[in-house]
Parts: sequence; structure tokens; C-alpha cells
Amino acid sequence: MTFDLERPWRLGPQVALRPEPFGALAYHFGTRRLSFLKTRKLLAVVEALSEHPSGRDACRSAGVSDEEMPAYERALGTLVRSGMIVERQAR
Amino acid sequence: MTAVAAPAGRLVDHFETGLDAPICLTWELTYACNLACVHCLSSSGRRDPRELSTAECFDVIDELQRMQVFYVNIGGGEPTVRRDFWEILDYSVAHDVGVKFSTNGSRITPAVAARLATSDYVDVQISIDGATAEVNDAVRGAGSYATALRAMERLSSAGFSDFKISVVVTRENVGQLDAFKAIADRHSAQLRLTRLRPSGRGADVWDELHPTAAQQRRLYDWLLEHGDDVLTGDSFFHLAAYGEPLPGLNLCGAGRVVCLIDPVGDVYACPFAIHDAFLAGNVRSEGGFTTVWRESELFQDLRRPQTSGTCMSCSHFDACRGGCMAAKFFTGLPLDGPDPECALGHGESLLDLLGERDLPRPSPDHSRRTPAPPERPCVESPLAGLDLRISRDGR
Repeated sequence: MTFDLERPWRLGPQVALRPEPFGALAYHFGTRRLSFLKTRKLLAVVEALSEHPSGRDACRSAGVSDEEMPAYERALGTLVRSGMIVERQAR
Repeated sequence: MTAVAAPAGRLVDHFETGLDAPICLTWELTYACNLACVHCLSSSGRRDPRELSTAECFDVIDELQRMQVFYVNIGGGEPTVRRDFWEILDYSVAHDVGVKFSTNGSRITPAVAARLATSDYVDVQISIDGATAEVNDAVRGAGSYATALRAMERLSSAGFSDFKISVVVTRENVGQLDAFKAIADRHSAQLRLTRLRPSGRGADVWDELHPTAAQQRRLYDWLLEHGDDVLTGDSFFHLAAYGEPLPGLNLCGAGRVVCLIDPVGDVYACPFAIHDAFLAGNVRSEGGFTTVWRESELFQDLRRPQTSGTCMSCSHFDACRGGCMAAKFFTGLPLDGPDPECALGHGESLLDLLGERDLPRPSPDHSRRTPAPPERPCVESPLAGLDLRISRDGR
């Protein structure tokens, strides 16, 4: 599955986030994989996903600038591939 | 483990200064064991009468939940010999602390396997140290290979996929890596290779069993070739000095991102360092595990960057970071010097140079004095299982 900035997303159902000074740890209980979110802003984006109609809106709400958007799109893509975030049905 | 988004500097720098809670934690639930492996890290055998009670174990889990420790690696001894083992497992999972437990497989009945297969929050790790009964049983005891393989069959028939098969790499089994991988593949399991440490009873056999320099090199190449397919628990980061790093954090996590809670609640810097020199505190003390983790002097000390020692001037220091603290300690090498298995051979030269010397012994030794345990403790004596010996420090 690939990440699409225009679609709605949320944290995976078996995923726990632990905020850290550098960003956050994300742990997937199903795959038992650990990932590192390397900025606090990325954590803010991931936490905001479920409250916004699109990935792009979640990024903007967390203060991601247009210049930073491609880097965050890639980071979120990595999180999709590891099952840390999943697409949700639009409201 | 994967790292996501690059901007904020090297992750390893954050880990070096320590986190508010461990990323992963090893918890040896009991020193009791029905086997007597020659390289046992925790010198297990007999139960310690001061073992944490069920209620005290629940308290520890409550703390881990509050600290958001995602999962614990439960081991021993053989953890499943505790009567309350399944209760502790259930309590942990119900409190959002996942469990991976290590076992020799002796208590994995078909019913247990079926039950384990239903939970996403429990992972199982079966230990073998040879891909054949001959090689395995020489280290783990007669019949232990058959027992482990039977447990694997049961887990895989119950539909438990991706359980772990854990192997301590030795001079005798390092030639069997492909065979281990085949055993894992056959059971839809994942292979995990770890390093033989001179800790616990491992100190007695390390000289004969640790891989030779040539074997280490082949092991490194094999690990690189298999990448993320084979787990190592960051065991072989000292080999990164051969060239590119292996998957993982590539640093000593002791007291920074990992630690060990032993059966009596003592907190040590890592599972390979059960010795007073690495004892940070006890979960029974005021403030519990949280205070030990966050405030103990030992852990504060381990979180300071290394600034001295011969390794600092080595061009490979950034790769191997001086290797494993416990391996150095128990072979009598200085903690800021090279790992005994330094890829460049500095450890070996130093060991030769130092020659005969007094080595530190693991502090609590729970080895059985007789190799075979009685069927039930009371068959032997009404006091069996009670540790009445006085240890050296008078406890």
C-alpha cells in the first residue's frame, strides 16, 4: 500500500506511540516491529491524522510547510509500508 | 527496526544519553530451570526463595504500563516452571505490555500452543544451540533438542507463525547457520542469532566455545547477506568494524535503552551483566523500577559518553563503539578498551598480553549442585528449593 496525501489516514489499530525528546517510538504489536519517528513534528502529524480529512491537512495542522511536505510524504509512506498508519474510511 | 524521517541528528546520540523508559526490557522470572545449559547467562538452576511474588510481579507490570514499555522479554531460568507464569502473562497483556518469552519448550503442550497462537501480544522464543541433536545436546543437555523441536512442531501445527528460534552462536554451531535457517523456515518461524557471552556459567566455557576470528568474519558476512530476515537483538554490533553496520541500533544499550530485572527484583544494566558491579537497584525499593531506571547512579553513569580509553583513537570507534561492556568485564578487560572479540584483533592481543588473571565471577550463582532435578521438589527433601547457602556478600 502506498501513501496518498489526499486520502484520510489514522494510526494502525495495533500500534502504540511513545513520545520521546527526539520524536517518538512506534511499536506494532502485530508485526512486533519498532519504528522511530525522528521529529516531534512527525509525531504531531501522526497524532493529527485521524482528525483530518486528508494526510495533507494533518500535515498542515502540525505546522509542516510546503517545502517540508515531500519529506513528510516520504516519511508517512514508510509508516504505511510498515503498517504503523492505515487508511480510514472518509466520514 | 526502521527509522523514519531524517532531519533531527543521529538517533544513536539520543539513545546514548538514555530514555525516560527502556525500549525493551528483559525480565528473568525465575532462576529455576529444568535444564543446566553450560553457557547459561544467569547461572540458573535452583529457585531463589526471595523470588518476586505474583502480586509483586503485577506491580512491576503496572509500572511498565505507566512507563509505556511496549513489551518485555521474559526469560529465566525456565519461566514456564513458575506456577503463576500464565497468570503473569495474561496480566501483562491485559495491561498493554506485550510479552515475548524464552523457553526450552518443555512445557509447550498442544493445548498451550493453541492458546498462544490466538494472541498477537505474545511471542515465543524457543532456544536451541545446535541444528543437530549432537551439537545442541552437548551444550543444553541430553534430550533438549528433541524437546525443542517438538515444541516448534506444536506451535507451527497450531498456526503460530513467526515465533522465534533463538540460537547462541558458538564455535561448534557456527557452521550450521544455513541449517538453523532451514529449521526456522520449515516451521514458518524467524531465526534469531545471539552472541555467546562470558557471563554466568558462560564464563566457564567461553574460551572453548566462542567463535574464532575466522568464524566471526564468516558470521558477519552471513548476517549481512541475510539482513532483516535474521534477528540478532543487536548482538553483533562489535562486528560492524569489519565494514558496514549490521541492522539495528549498533550501540551498547545497557542502562540506556535496555536493562534486566532478575527474579528477586534486582535491576541490572543488561541481561549479560548479572554482577554487583552492574546492579542499579531493586524494584522492591521505594519508588520502584521507575526510580531505579531514572535515578540510579550506575545508569546515570552509563549514559555519559565515553571519553577515554584506547578505543577512542581507533578509526572504527564510530562503528563498533568499543563493543560489549559485559564481554569486556567478564574477560577481565578494561571497560573503555577493546571488546575481547574486537574485529581488528585488539581484544585478543590484549588478552594474550594480560595472561593469567583473576576474573570476576557472576554474583548470584543458582546452579544446581547435582545435574538432574527431581521430578517434584519435595521428592528430594522438604526443604528443596530453599536456598540456605550464605552468599559471599552475606545476603
